[in-house]
Amino acid sequence: MNTFLTLLLNGISLGAIYALIALGFAVIFKASEVVSFMHGSLLLFGAFTIAKLNASIGFFPAFVVGVLATAGVGLLVERLLINRLRGAPVISLAILTIGIDIMMLTELTRRIGSDILNAGHPWGGDFVRIGGIGITENRLYAMVTAAVLIAVFFTAFKFSSWGVAMRASAEDGETAALMGIKLGRVSALAWVIGAGLAAVAGLFLVGSPTPGVAPGVHSVALRAFPAAILGGLDSTGGALVGGMIIGIAEAMASGYQDQLLFLGRGFGDVVPYVVMILVLLVRPSGLFGTKELTRV
Amino acid sequence: MSDTATVGEQLAPAASATPPTRRSGLLSVRTLLLLVALVLLLVTPIYVEEFWLRTGFAVFGAIIGAIGLNLLVGTTGQLSLAHAFFLAVGAITYVYVSGEPGGTAEAIDGLGLPPLVGMVAGVLLAGVAGLLFSPVAARLRGIYLGVASLGLVFIGQHVLNTYTSVTGGFNGRTAPEFSLFGFTFGSTDPDLFVLGVDFGEAERLWYLGLVLALAAYVFAKNLLRSRPGRALQTLRDSEVAAAVMGVDVQGYKARVFLVSSMYAGLAGVLYALSIGSVAPESFALDLSVLYLAMIVLGGLGSIGGAALGALFVTALPLVFQEYAGSLPFVNEPGQGGVSAGQAARLLFGLAIVLVVLFEPAGLVGLGKRITGLFRRKPRTTSS
Repeated sequence: MNTFLTLLLNGISLGAIYALIALGFAVIFKASEVVSFMHGSLLLFGAFTIAKLNASIGFFPAFVVGVLATAGVGLLVERLLINRLRGAPVISLAILTIGIDIMMLTELTRRIGSDILNAGHPWGGDFVRIGGIGITENRLYAMVTAAVLIAVFFTAFKFSSWGVAMRASAEDGETAALMGIKLGRVSALAWVIGAGLAAVAGLFLVGSPTPGVAPGVHSVALRAFPAAILGGLDSTGGALVGGMIIGIAEAMASGYQDQLLFLGRGFGDVVPYVVMILVLLVRPSGLFGTKELTRV
Repeated sequence: MSDTATVGEQLAPAASATPPTRRSGLLSVRTLLLLVALVLLLVTPIYVEEFWLRTGFAVFGAIIGAIGLNLLVGTTGQLSLAHAFFLAVGAITYVYVSGEPGGTAEAIDGLGLPPLVGMVAGVLLAGVAGLLFSPVAARLRGIYLGVASLGLVFIGQHVLNTYTSVTGGFNGRTAPEFSLFGFTFGSTDPDLFVLGVDFGEAERLWYLGLVLALAAYVFAKNLLRSRPGRALQTLRDSEVAAAVMGVDVQGYKARVFLVSSMYAGLAGVLYALSIGSVAPESFALDLSVLYLAMIVLGGLGSIGGAALGALFVTALPLVFQEYAGSLPFVNEPGQGGVSAGQAARLLFGLAIVLVVLFEPAGLVGLGKRITGLFRRKPRTTSS
């Protein structure tokens, strides 16, 4: 029972990190119709910046700079590229982000080399025990931070003028523009938020039990894709639920690896994709995604 | 503009939309150029050294794969990132069916059948894999399909890494040499001299690749001109319109997946032959992305474009590697700085961004623009 609860808690904390990334996907998709295939690189960029600056300016300043720099990259991409292509087919825009991802990942991989950088979290990899249930400190902080960020996000999304503008423009872009909503600004802010969230997620993703900043983190970030798709790409709530489902499923599959040996070693890594395909077979637009209507 | 909010939208129609202009009588300049190119390709092995022939063989394989992916993504508008998986199925089926059992550390199975059987089995099995995925593909549209197919790559990698007796596991296994009715492509048996040039493995494989790539090219060209080809293009432009015209939407989607993955299977077999061994590692998401890069750079929907893109994406890193010493900014591996492979990747990334921004019809579109500069403007207004 304790094993189960431990795995559940670890799954939730992993799910919280995935939810942060997936939330970024969803916000960006809602505001600019772009499926960002470059999120893995953004995340790696954030973690890399933090790890590099940490030695010279200390952890918390490095953290702030890292998140801001990543958000800056997001803003740059939106202003320079995405904004020029408003109304282009979704697939072209997705391919564009793949192009950026290739460049960023190549450069980051080159800079990281074969080292594993330490992000230098002030909290270590110690286990915290809550009555027989164990979780690393890093994951615990991840959970708390994610909860706070997600709460702030949903409050802003519901009540702030940006949130209203964003929901309006996602609902009907043309009408929103006619009502005086600046679509460009909405989309730029969405990219800043999405990239910033990715950097925060990146910081926790490279902490224990993961060894540190290495190019492999990029593929871990890709697992947040199933989370976003599972919940429905245009649903922020869905991103949250999807993140949790994927996180728990992955933690369970890795934890009960020995019982699942007939599925092969390391099955936990592919569980997100299996779950995603199964859900999509039943609900092609994800759990909470807007159903596509075809007008004839 | 009620449909701007829908998730699945069509790709920008590329060069394929232009109707073929037929001139009766004499050969057109275009056909003549193609013939000259063909003759040049045929005599290449006599004059060119081995490195270029080996690069050429890799390019021929990539051309086949790229044409297949282009049929799916460019012509039919179904975004797929699963191409690497179908390549893997083709390549590994080939080494399993034609390879001998063996292995030192771990037992590796193999059927030891003739390589031709292995090649055909690889193509067919890749097609079956495509058909198996098509129920998923039929239900999903646009970007959802793209991400679902992304999952297929990871699941496929896991499966391949698990069945070590077939795939050789992490380290992979060597690919058996190709032979056709007793004529081997790997060694010098029987010896063959053409115009005093010893036709060894590289020369023989060059012709194998050339023939297969040409066949793939002609088949795709004809497919696009035929009734199913028109149906696929209508599917891309509007599924509703296609259904109204009597096109069996789900049926055609399944069939284009079948054809595309068979192309991928053949490309996988050639890949195995060109590298000489296969490991599941080689068929990661990277490879899918490279294939996507090929067709985007070449021009979505254009068969010739796919071939051009394949040439560019496959040959560039190899050429960079060969001439790393004499290129500025590029260093030999292990010296720090930008290595050849990395330089090539940076270039692809940049090229993709530029193509999407400025020339959605890719290299083919660029070529058309350039030739358009020299052509007389058509009389648009009759004054």
